Amino acid sequence: MFDALLKVSTTYSMVVGFAVIGLIMWLSYWLSAKLTSGRIHGSAIAILCGLVLAYIGGVISGGKHGLMDLPLLSGIGIVGGTMLRDFAIVATGFGVNVQELKKAGISGVVALLLGVLSSFVAGVAVAMAFGYTDAVSLTTIGAGAVTYIVGPVTGAAIGASSEVMALSIAAGLVKSILVMVATPFVAKYIGLNNPRTAVLFGGLMGTSSGVAAGLAATDPKLVPYGCLTAAFYTAAGCLMGPSVLFLAMLAITGHH
Amino acid sequence: MIIYGVTLLAVCTLLGVAIGQVLGTLIGIPANVGGVGIAMVLLVLVGSALQKRGVLDIKSEQGIEFFSAIYIPVVVAMAAKQNVYGALTGGPMAITAGVTAVVIGFALVPVLDRWGRESRSEEPTETLTAEESRHV
Repeated sequence: MFDALLKVSTTYSMVVGFAVIGLIMWLSYWLSAKLTSGRIHGSAIAILCGLVLAYIGGVISGGKHGLMDLPLLSGIGIVGGTMLRDFAIVATGFGVNVQELKKAGISGVVALLLGVLSSFVAGVAVAMAFGYTDAVSLTTIGAGAVTYIVGPVTGAAIGASSEVMALSIAAGLVKSILVMVATPFVAKYIGLNNPRTAVLFGGLMGTSSGVAAGLAATDPKLVPYGCLTAAFYTAAGCLMGPSVLFLAMLAITGHH
Repeated sequence: MIIYGVTLLAVCTLLGVAIGQVLGTLIGIPANVGGVGIAMVLLVLVGSALQKRGVLDIKSEQGIEFFSAIYIPVVVAMAAKQNVYGALTGGPMAITAGVTAVVIGFALVPVLDRWGRESRSEEPTETLTAEESRHV
């Protein structure tokens, strides 16, 4: 019987994905209304549910793709995959106010550079505190704190050990997931309620999945503004990591 | 027709992502340089040009709005396929590094916001409410 069900769920994987996600959404909005009387947004609870389920999926399957690694639920991966995610993000751009974007333009670029730099410095400082002293490991872990893509890209370019690469990916994962969870709760304290700060937020945080989910849970109207700057972040990090930032670390640690 | 809107969205997305990928190759990095951002700007520019000429009717717009509207469910699905287990079992150093980066990022949002306003202080900041009506 399991085989028969598995056949249905693999043939109609995306449909299963929509059904499951729809149920999570319904449950989350219901919880939001009943338990928090709307104070915690339904989308924030839904994203949190998604992450908890991803954790459970990881524990059960031992895989790297959360709930998607469970055979019956592989369709989640299609609904939440890069293709549909980016397609939907671009679609939200249709409501963007061009005037707002132009106004935020230069500060967006500043936010982008400062975002990569500050995350890198944070990662390096923590790595130093945990006893790392060589430029390659420090750079790789710092790059991981930028995003979990910049970490391994930089590490591979400068020849980091696989253990350090794994650490840098984990640091990036923590960042991305924390941005998803914490953004709606921190938003009002950092003035994240208008297109301008959303542009800055996207540039400073950069992790595209974190920004996409964090803003969705805060205010969907802000999504396109943040995602627009975040779209350039990983590239900026991949560009700066193995070059400027690695050279800076070589200079600081005094190795050649 | 709805498919016209979906097609416009698809063409803009593909163009943007393709440009981003080519840019990445040209610079020599294994990443997409702003593909989604470029696609979004394309959609805004082409979309508003078509709207002005009256080519894009309500039905076509609905094709774009549908995907804009399923954005949150898509993001929930994306959350459900994250490697949360890997993040939480990455050890204390990875967790501290990630948390520190996020805390600094949050703290810098109001700092940069203020800095940007001071640099052109003659401009009034209350420009948000007017376009609130034209939401996503």
